[in-house]
Amino acid sequence: MSALLRIAELNATYAAAIDSDRLEVWPDFFVADCLYKITSSENHKRGYSAGIVYADSRAMLRDRVTALRTANIYERQNYRHIIGLPVIVASGTDRISAEAPFLVIRIMRDGRTDLFATGVYFDEIRDEAGTLRFVERLVVCDSGHFDTLLAIPL
Amino acid sequence: MPDTIIPGPVAASPLRWTDDITRVPYWVYRDPSLLKLEQNRIFEGPVWNFLCLEDEIAEPGDWRTTVIGRMPVVVARDTDGSISAFENRCAHRGALICLDNAGAGAKDFQCVYHAWRYDLRGNLQSVAFRRGVNGKGGMPPGFKLEEHGPRQLRVTTLHGLVFGTFSDGTPAIENFIGPEVLARFNRVLGGRKIEIIGRFVEVLPNNWKLYAENARDSYHASLLHLFFATFKLNRLSQGGGLVVSPNGGCSVSETIAPTVSDDETYAGMRSVDEDYKLEDLRLVEVVDEHPDRVRHQIVTVFPNFVLQKTQNAMALRFFTPTSGDRTNLEWIYFGYADDTPDMRRRRLRHLNLGGPAGFVSMEDGCVGGFVERGIATAEDEAAIVEMGGGGIESQDTRATEAAVRGFWSMWRRMTGL
Repeated sequence: MSALLRIAELNATYAAAIDSDRLEVWPDFFVADCLYKITSSENHKRGYSAGIVYADSRAMLRDRVTALRTANIYERQNYRHIIGLPVIVASGTDRISAEAPFLVIRIMRDGRTDLFATGVYFDEIRDEAGTLRFVERLVVCDSGHFDTLLAIPL
Repeated sequence: MPDTIIPGPVAASPLRWTDDITRVPYWVYRDPSLLKLEQNRIFEGPVWNFLCLEDEIAEPGDWRTTVIGRMPVVVARDTDGSISAFENRCAHRGALICLDNAGAGAKDFQCVYHAWRYDLRGNLQSVAFRRGVNGKGGMPPGFKLEEHGPRQLRVTTLHGLVFGTFSDGTPAIENFIGPEVLARFNRVLGGRKIEIIGRFVEVLPNNWKLYAENARDSYHASLLHLFFATFKLNRLSQGGGLVVSPNGGCSVSETIAPTVSDDETYAGMRSVDEDYKLEDLRLVEVVDEHPDRVRHQIVTVFPNFVLQKTQNAMALRFFTPTSGDRTNLEWIYFGYADDTPDMRRRRLRHLNLGGPAGFVSMEDGCVGGFVERGIATAEDEAAIVEMGGGGIESQDTRATEAAVRGFWSMWRRMTGL
C-alpha cells in the first residue's frame, strides 16, 4: 500500500474509533512520547504555545480518556469526523510529515446537530513495526471559538 | 466602599426583586429588557472593564479591538505613549472604524464608509469633502468636528492590564477592588512581565450573569469538578477561604496545598473516587512560585473579569453577553516573560485544567446552560443563595455563597432593581 493510502487509512480508523465511542483505543494511535495539541489557526500563526488540550505523552492521552469516562460531567454527545485526503508534505527515513483537513459535526443527546469544528491536522507520523503512529498531531482549528465545551477529542 | 458607588435611579421596569439577596429571582437571567439596562447601568456605568494587556499595544500606533458588554471598542497606544480607548463607531453613520482584532503602526483611523478620520484617541480630525467639490455640496459651515465623535473611555492600568470606564464616578481601581483583592493581583502579577501564550473563546449557552456567579461560587468547585476533589486541589475541608471586596463585587477564592491525605468529609459523594489515578502525574506536579502554599486562586472583578492561577497555570478570563442567553467567554493564557522552557511546558500541561476542554473548567461551560434550560418557564421562581448565611463578608471557608451575594448586591445597586 502506498504511504498516502496508509495515512488515509490511519486517519479513517482514528475517526472511526472516536466517532464510535471507542475512546480507549484512541491513545494507541500515538507513540509513547507523542505530542497532541488542539489550538486555533490564529494562535498557531502567532506562535502561541498553549493549546486547549496539550498532552506530551500517550499516558496523558489515556488520562484524558479516564477523566472523560469517570470524572468529567457533560451531556451525552457524539462527533462525526469527516477527514479529507491527506497530503504528504515531507517524507524521511523514519518519519512522514502529512496534513489533512477535517470537519467535525457534533450530535447532542436531544438530536441537535451542529458543525462543531473545522481545521487541519498537521501530523508527524512514524512507522512502528509496521503500524503508523502519530509522533505529533497538531489539531489547528480554523476558528478560535468553541461552543460550550470540548470533551471528546478531535 | 459601597458608598463610592452611586446607586442607579429606580428603574422604570415592571421587574421587582421582592426578597433579599439570598433569593435570586430567575427573571434576572431571562428578561430581554435587562440587556439594555445592564449595558447602560453596568458596563457603561461605574465599573472597570478589562480591555487588553499593555503589552499587546506596546508601541505608539498599536491598537486592538474588544467589547464592553455589547459595545465595540478600540484600545490604542497614542504617540505620547499613553493609552486611549473609544467606542468603535464612526460618528457619521455608525459603522465600525476598526475592522480587525489588532493592528500596528496606525497614525490615525479612517472609517472605510465615507473616510471620516480620527486620531489615536478617537477625536474626529477630518470629514471627506467637508467643503464640497468644486464649490458644491459639503457640510454646512456651522459643522464643528469637535462636537462629534465616538464615546471615549477613561483608562487605567494595573500590573500590565488595561481597564476602562465610561463613568467619572468610578473609584480608582485599587479602591474599587479593595486591598485584599489587590494583594492577590500583586501576588501573581506584581513586578512580573507577562506574556500571552494562548487565546480562545468559549461560547456559553447561557446568560452572562450565570458565569459571573459561577466564578464567585466557591461552594460548587469540589462538588461539580471531580478532578479537584480527587487530587486534593480544592476540597472545601482544605485550607483556604473566600474574600469579598468591601463593595461586594470582587472576590478571591483560594486553596492551600493539602497537608492531610485522608479526608472523610466527602465520603459517599459523587465527586470522589479514591481509585482514580493519573498515569502521567506531571499534570499535577506543582512548583511553588510564591512565598505561600496557595495552589489555586480565583480573583473576580465586577462585573466580568477573572484572574486565575491554578497550580502553575495562569489565565485571564472575561465574558460578555452577545445576547440574553449567549455569552462569549474569552480565555487569555499567559506565562511570565522570563519563564524557563521547563516552567513554560509545565504551564502548558497545567492549562489542561482550564479552558473549554479543561479537566476542571469544562463543566463550568455547560452548567450555565443546564440552569438556563431548567428555568425556561420559572421567571417567577427564585434561586436559593444562602450558603454561609445572608451576608457578603469574607469567610475563612469556601462552603459559602458570600461572593455570589456580593455580586448581586452590586448588580442591584447599579441597576436600581
